[in-house]
Amino acid sequence: MSETTHGGAIATGEPPRSPDDGLSPAELAAKYGLTVSGARPSLTEYVRQLWARRHFILAFSRAKLMAQYSQAKLGQLWQVATPLLNAAVYFFVFGVLLGGREGVPGGKGNYVPFLVTGVFVFTFTQTSVMSGVRSISGNLGLVRALHFPRASLPISFSLQQLQQLLYSMIVLGAILLGFGHYPKWTWLLVVPILALQLVFNTGLAMVMARLGSKTPDLAQLMPFVMRTWMYASGVMFSLEYMIRERTSAPEWLVLAAQANPAAVYMDLMRFALIDGYTPADLMPYAWALAAGWAVVIGVGGFVYFWKAEERYGRG
Amino acid sequence: MAVAEKSAAAASADKDTEDAEAVSAERRPTVIADGLHIVYRVNGGARGRGSATAALNRIIRRKPGGNVREVHAVKGVSFTAYRGEAIGLIGSNGSGKSTLLRAIAGLLPAERGRVYTDGQPSLLGVNAALMNDLTGERNVILGGLAMGMSKTQIQERYQGIVDFSGINDKGDFISLPMRTYSSGMAARLRFSIAAAKDHDVLMIDEALATGDKKFQKRSEARIRELRKEAGTVFLVSHNNKSIRDTCDRVLWLESGELRMDGPTEDVMKAYEEFTRK
Repeated sequence: MSETTHGGAIATGEPPRSPDDGLSPAELAAKYGLTVSGARPSLTEYVRQLWARRHFILAFSRAKLMAQYSQAKLGQLWQVATPLLNAAVYFFVFGVLLGGREGVPGGKGNYVPFLVTGVFVFTFTQTSVMSGVRSISGNLGLVRALHFPRASLPISFSLQQLQQLLYSMIVLGAILLGFGHYPKWTWLLVVPILALQLVFNTGLAMVMARLGSKTPDLAQLMPFVMRTWMYASGVMFSLEYMIRERTSAPEWLVLAAQANPAAVYMDLMRFALIDGYTPADLMPYAWALAAGWAVVIGVGGFVYFWKAEERYGRG
Repeated sequence: MAVAEKSAAAASADKDTEDAEAVSAERRPTVIADGLHIVYRVNGGARGRGSATAALNRIIRRKPGGNVREVHAVKGVSFTAYRGEAIGLIGSNGSGKSTLLRAIAGLLPAERGRVYTDGQPSLLGVNAALMNDLTGERNVILGGLAMGMSKTQIQERYQGIVDFSGINDKGDFISLPMRTYSSGMAARLRFSIAAAKDHDVLMIDEALATGDKKFQKRSEARIRELRKEAGTVFLVSHNNKSIRDTCDRVLWLESGELRMDGPTEDVMKAYEEFTRK
């Protein structure tokens, strides 16, 4: 600025006469172009700030992923072992004990790929939501120490879950090959499906982050909500077959259950990966629903989160 | 000590004569606090029994607040800071100094009142962004990114940060997880990362006393450098000497209220009188 920058100190004991005397703090701030500290930026400015922090978001998600199993002896192997063990438990309970193999498109032999795909896809949404709830309330230290767009945190946690899922996809590939499902062109659909699901998950994580920052108790409640959602989405059984054949529920209930976002993304992923899961097995308008859910929840969640930007960090 | 005080007093007298000339130039405010109130809401800090039945009882009776207790940490503080000033914040423990700094940085929302700032003030410190399970190397990068440095900036300064911390003086420790460091080593690395960035309005919260003698000297020199580059500096410290050495204006907070605001020597004398009791 002027010489004052280099001049060092300025006397403060007796304020000198200056034209600024008698101005209220707000007028003084306006005169010198000072802005309110910690005020919420405009939506476009917020997006710009987030983009500028993209390297931090990515580095933070990777760091969290690395730190997760760093104390375990098997280390990063747990990234793959955890979802696999989950699938094994579900196979035993639902496949063997409860007869969930009935009605799986392409026959009973498809049950394992069907189940594992469902578990991995649903786990992606489930863990994104769970870490979203804690993304602000569990990182208050960070929020109170450094300045960055707070949406970085839920986004970063969703990306961490995506990276986790990519490890799982390697296992899934091996399982598919083991059951005689060889790569075909529809495998490429995995990319757009995951992209849409990521947007959906991130939006949902941002909604949960705002709610969780106000009410940390949600972290206790969410496991039950998520489990209910899981059973209602047909992770370990064919949703349409179970509702229609076993409960004789009205048609609209079948459609409503099938249209829920978790069911839609699982449906599409199974269609893309599993032989014998034909377009006829897809629910009507599956692609439109997948894109719709992503846009509505993704954009809506982002705006909802941004609206409280200046209030995060109050305990 | 007496000698140090005298020289400090002389220094501030020198500054006063300098200032007489500087005043004629524009006094540009950088931070304006206007009737600032900060209230923390603490979950689980309620008086009385914390048992489940007590909580249920509160919910049934719909007592407002329930488990929440409010802590009024800063009560109506107003001041204006100008470019080129180095301002010390003093007061006994729990008087609201750190809270005030965080509010200036825009990290804690105000209950009432406002803080206006020129640009983005930043706290010196990255502790919260670092992860103990990661190697020192990754933490340098993560910490730098968290402070808003670009990737190329970090690459340029990486070696400088590691050298400054002295982590590698006794072997290749930077590639080990931070949880394996001694507390002194970890503190040194944290300071080195935090001090790697240039700030416009810089706030230092008792960061001076970390590590061994040799490192303390180095870090003090670095803080002086940062001071020169920054427009306005806030320093929270319980070390009266470092306040006298670095600051030309002091704000004295006591239980959340601004008790005194003036030239270093005046406020420090009153404060020392107060603490002697």
